[in-house]
Amino acid sequence: MTQSTAVVPGGRRVPRNVTRRRVVSAVMIVLTYLAAAAATLPLIFILANLLRQGVGSLHWHFFTSMPKPVGEEGGGMANAIAGTLMLITIASAIGLPIGIGAGLFLAEQRGTRVANVVRFLSDVLNGLPSIVVGIFAWQLLVRPFHHFSALAGGIALAVMMIPIVARTTEEMIRLVPVSLREAALALGYTRWRTSLSIVLRSALPGIVTGALVAVARIAGETAPLLFTAFGNQFWSTSPGQPIAALPLQIFSYAISPYDDWHAQAWAGALVLIALVLVISVSARFATRSRYGRGHD
Amino acid sequence: MVAGMTELAMGVTLRPQTGEHSAIALSDVRLETRGLDAFFGATRVVKDAALRVYDRQVTAIIGPSGCGKSTLLRCLNRMHETVVGARAEGEVLFSGTDVYSGGMSAVTVRRHIGMVFQRPTPFPTMSIRDNVAAGLKILPRADRPTRSGTDEIVEQALRRAALWEEVKDRLKQGAVMLSGGQQQRLCIARALATQPEVLLLDEPTASLDPTSTMRVEELVYELRADVAVVIVTHNMQQAARVSDRTAFMLAGELVEVGATSAIFTAPTDARTEAYITGRFG
Repeated sequence: MTQSTAVVPGGRRVPRNVTRRRVVSAVMIVLTYLAAAAATLPLIFILANLLRQGVGSLHWHFFTSMPKPVGEEGGGMANAIAGTLMLITIASAIGLPIGIGAGLFLAEQRGTRVANVVRFLSDVLNGLPSIVVGIFAWQLLVRPFHHFSALAGGIALAVMMIPIVARTTEEMIRLVPVSLREAALALGYTRWRTSLSIVLRSALPGIVTGALVAVARIAGETAPLLFTAFGNQFWSTSPGQPIAALPLQIFSYAISPYDDWHAQAWAGALVLIALVLVISVSARFATRSRYGRGHD
Repeated sequence: MVAGMTELAMGVTLRPQTGEHSAIALSDVRLETRGLDAFFGATRVVKDAALRVYDRQVTAIIGPSGCGKSTLLRCLNRMHETVVGARAEGEVLFSGTDVYSGGMSAVTVRRHIGMVFQRPTPFPTMSIRDNVAAGLKILPRADRPTRSGTDEIVEQALRRAALWEEVKDRLKQGAVMLSGGQQQRLCIARALATQPEVLLLDEPTASLDPTSTMRVEELVYELRADVAVVIVTHNMQQAARVSDRTAFMLAGELVEVGATSAIFTAPTDARTEAYITGRFG
């Protein structure tokens, strides 16, 4: 335990290698700053670039008009914006209840064999390439009916949401102190009532955040939609028909040889990002804890 | 078995010493354990416990850390079995009915036997009022009070928990805004709102400062007027201050049960005396 020491002015005895420690400490701190900057810079670059390239084509027409044929001025992505909103709605309506329910199951049955198997499979599903999910949805929901549909696209996106929502829900429920669960049980709450009105309710802000992460993640998914929702140049809100989606529209415009379509693609990307941000911020606002954070 | 004998002997010989509560009849036994064993897996943490809890009395369970006093307490309202791998054997008679085999569900048992824990556990998503009313909301529809009835019960429970004056103007605020001591009294009010016959307190002042501790102790002393109280504490002075009867527990065994004055002045078991006089624990 004895360190080599030196007497510094003032008579304090400090370890001889203190200078080296200070240098290492300073270097490490600088490195963590750099890593933090490197982690956030891409987002700033992307946003800045999108704004620079996309704002020019953003016009109210963009939100209200349908796509125009090549060569015609103007036109917008009204159908794609509506389509994306519809796909998100279908995916959330299916994916959120199943995902939250599965997360609750995982948290309640923690340690059991079934829960471990479900958790493992859920992780595998989470790691599945999105194009594979698309093929699966096509096989099951498009081929038997002989046409593409918004419903098939929404279900493909829901399949992608479920493992994300399930795992975040489980983690958030695990953060709820056992003492809270015991307090409810001791009051005469049944087990399911304790889970729903005390545990799930306490974990809700975290679960909502997880749900939003999932929504944001699927809002920009393109691959699962390629052969399910397929895309549509016309206005459609029918779940049984092919439907336009922002990512699909951005993709087809971006690989086209026309400059005004490229500009539209930039604007589309900007709208997509804005959409995700608006969903996140508004839902965060809606689920702010009514009584403050309390004592953690 | 030894504990059971002592219990009986104490019950008989010490009756006059319980002062104003001297008229103990058999019908006043609200809760009684017979041959109660509690296990965590294969480990037996409570051994053959025989304890009686009387109406209008505070019964304290003291003993060194890990002696099984909290586990014994949690067996009384069937909270012990909520832990994975934990189980209890033997009888716990509540007003004469065995809570384990007498056709009472765990939920029913817990509605009649309230519990407050070591750390305050207000529900963070609820207001002060809703916290106190939490136990009422889940009653069967026929027993559930109306909104104004609930308000009345909430006020009454808060008054009994000596918290009403401090919170009456902010019932709609979050419960987590209260201080630790207030939160603990809120939890007592929450447990009292459903009119339980027995209140179990598991080291209720362990996480509180001395002032809050004093307030809770005064409260406990007053509560026994209409509810049988069982308090687990590792603080012997606290047991001496608030309880009428004291049970001393050691290594899962109820060594001695009797009037608090007798336990603290003239214990019959050498181990009790050693603990009381501070020779271990």
